[in-house]
Amino acid sequence: MSCLRNPRSQEVTKDVSAKKVVIVGAGPAGIAAADALRAAGHTGVILIFGEERHAPYDRPPLSKQILAGTWLPEKAQLRTSEQFAVADVTLHLSVRAASVDVEAHQVTLESGEQVAYDALIVATGVTARELPFGHQLEGVHVMRTLDDSQALRSELETSQHLAVIGAGFLGAEVAAVARSLGKEVTLIDPLELPMQNVVGDEVGSMIADLHRHHGVNLELGHGVSSIEDRSGRATGVTLDDGRTVHADAALVAVGARPAVEWLRSSSVPLTAPKDYGAGGVRCDASGRAADDVWAIGDVAAWWDPILERHVRVEHRMTANEHARSCAHDILELAPTATKTVPYFWSDQYDLKLRSFGLPSQQCSFQVVEGDLEGRRFVAAYTDESDRIVGTIGAGMFKAMNWWRQQILDGQTLDEALRIKQSAENPA
Amino acid sequence: MRIELDQDMCIGAGNCVLTAPDLFDQRDEDGVAFVLEENPSPEQEGSAKEAEALCPASAIRVLKK
Repeated sequence: MSCLRNPRSQEVTKDVSAKKVVIVGAGPAGIAAADALRAAGHTGVILIFGEERHAPYDRPPLSKQILAGTWLPEKAQLRTSEQFAVADVTLHLSVRAASVDVEAHQVTLESGEQVAYDALIVATGVTARELPFGHQLEGVHVMRTLDDSQALRSELETSQHLAVIGAGFLGAEVAAVARSLGKEVTLIDPLELPMQNVVGDEVGSMIADLHRHHGVNLELGHGVSSIEDRSGRATGVTLDDGRTVHADAALVAVGARPAVEWLRSSSVPLTAPKDYGAGGVRCDASGRAADDVWAIGDVAAWWDPILERHVRVEHRMTANEHARSCAHDILELAPTATKTVPYFWSDQYDLKLRSFGLPSQQCSFQVVEGDLEGRRFVAAYTDESDRIVGTIGAGMFKAMNWWRQQILDGQTLDEALRIKQSAENPA
Repeated sequence: MRIELDQDMCIGAGNCVLTAPDLFDQRDEDGVAFVLEENPSPEQEGSAKEAEALCPASAIRVLKK
């Protein structure tokens, strides 16, 4: 192994596989990056810094199995300490990074300690957005970490009525779990339908019906103006029309914002608040943000060469894909060949919603397989030129995979339907 | 080599099916994956390991026998 006499000197030929890689963020993206580096033949030091005290864990189960109590938290643990030891990855928990000096290739921790790197991976994820009021009250929760999930779970052991503020994915999933635990649930959102900005009106209506059917009190089309309390304990949520919904606990699920505060003093570029990738680390199509700095996962807004804009996707699978791609870039290997599309899933009651691509309310919508009434369907979301940009479905997985391929191929809906028809009715 | 899949952890992303269609399939109703061939041939080992690496839920384990 050639040694790194002076890793910052451009004159010395670097052994790229021996670079010292520092990963800030011990969530799924950070862990996947370490895995991908080792899998691609990296032999150098890998240091991971995580701010939480828990061993790295997966987040999707927090609002599903862990909140419901069907999984113990250990089941969501991403790697055991033995696995880190075998991979020769050094993990530091309960440590926060305070700043980075891109020129000097150095991260400063909150303790003041300085850590040099040859390659830096920013994987700090997102933090829960909060309301401007109410969070100091007992009984008011957010949901981002394992501690958050367990706090809400123990809250629901005594509280009877949960107000869920925000009917996005997280809010809708928590509402479903709380109903399954026998709680009275009110689901509140300023939009007219749950998850409306992503799934659109038709699928949004189906989800609203599902929650109504399961006894959730829906307060849609309403903002929240205050959270009421008695002696510092939440007692209700007042809506923008002046009515107060009784609740002894509230979950605020109004989105998340990229955890980039520690980067603000650095030359690492951030996307402007009004950009699509709002507030995330601005990266090229390989995740490169600055000289020897990459960003991956929820915090990263990668350039999308097809959509021709920066896109920040808070999906679990994007974390893995970013990690693999960035590991190859760091090691100066050929880009990963696998073409992928974003994927998300959401479990609510017995509905298992799955989506490929980037559907949105702005797209044209058409059910292309099955029907919404039976909650067994595939829907295609198309842009203004009829190109399929996303698909959402339930209960029809084989068909979903076929439509996923149409997104990858950049197919128009018209053409896709024609191919499908001629496959089903060969002349 | 032997493939193990924890269906309880599977999230139905279908990466394994897309990567190694001769080794994995998924249920049509909920997308949960299942193993078609628990003991892959030497030629299939590469795609089995790829499926393990790509699984976002870490539900797949490829074990040396």
